Amino acid sequence: MNTSTIIFYAIAALILGAAILAVTTLKIFRSAIWLLFSLVGIAALYFWMQVEFIAAIQIVVYVGGIVVLIIFSIFLTQQSGKEMAKPATSKMIFSALAALFGTGFTFNLINHYGFNNISAAPFNPSVDEIGMQMLSTTSHGFILPFEVVSMLLLAAMVGCIVIAMKPTEATIVHLNKKED
Amino acid sequence: MNEVPLTHILFVSTALFFIGMYGLFTRRNLITMLMSIELMLNSVNINFVAFNKYLFPDKLDGLFFSLFIITIAAAEAAVAIAIIINLYRSHQSIDVDDATEMKF
Repeated sequence: MNTSTIIFYAIAALILGAAILAVTTLKIFRSAIWLLFSLVGIAALYFWMQVEFIAAIQIVVYVGGIVVLIIFSIFLTQQSGKEMAKPATSKMIFSALAALFGTGFTFNLINHYGFNNISAAPFNPSVDEIGMQMLSTTSHGFILPFEVVSMLLLAAMVGCIVIAMKPTEATIVHLNKKED
Repeated sequence: MNEVPLTHILFVSTALFFIGMYGLFTRRNLITMLMSIELMLNSVNINFVAFNKYLFPDKLDGLFFSLFIITIAAAEAAVAIAIIINLYRSHQSIDVDDATEMKF
């Protein structure tokens, strides 16, 4: 039991505790803040696994982007001090049973599988290596998904603007005319 | 460093996935359901990175999978929040039980 092991279990406890509070607390704003803690814990887990680039991306995209977006939408749609309605007891019990069953089943599978091909080769997730492989066109390059995902982001951005846009007077009049 | 076995990292991510599933089942508010989905996506990312590090350290494919999952999750959250705000504008509520027009 050395320092690294203790740090791992502390990070695991932070992630799981914050996640449980995020899905059970009744105040929606607190739920968002617990989600923030859980995501920071996951970034810490990536730092612990020495994949610094993924950890940085996790902090930039999730903590800096998605949680802020969620908090903005809470402010736009809710009275954040108000408590949400408690879910029905039967639903809570059956959901908890389903989750516990799934957890137990998967724990059992993982426990009995026995990963015995643990490799000791050096792991080099440096930004150099990631960048070279991301943009390489050889057989292990990821240039095609990289370009496709950029199109996806563009489509998502345009889609968001179109969905959330308030209909202007002109379009409303136009639609009414069509109905007549 | 390698004293924590791979299975323990997998236990953490499994527990995180099922916590997200519990949240998705019990919550009725669209924003909190979105939060549960984010937790589930994150547990999958932990799995990809852990398998990459422990079983195939000479390749980087797991890292790329988690990078692309993070990107797509960001796009998904943005679209979902646009839909939620639009729903709030027409129904004055983002509770899934209040949006029943298309229910069969």
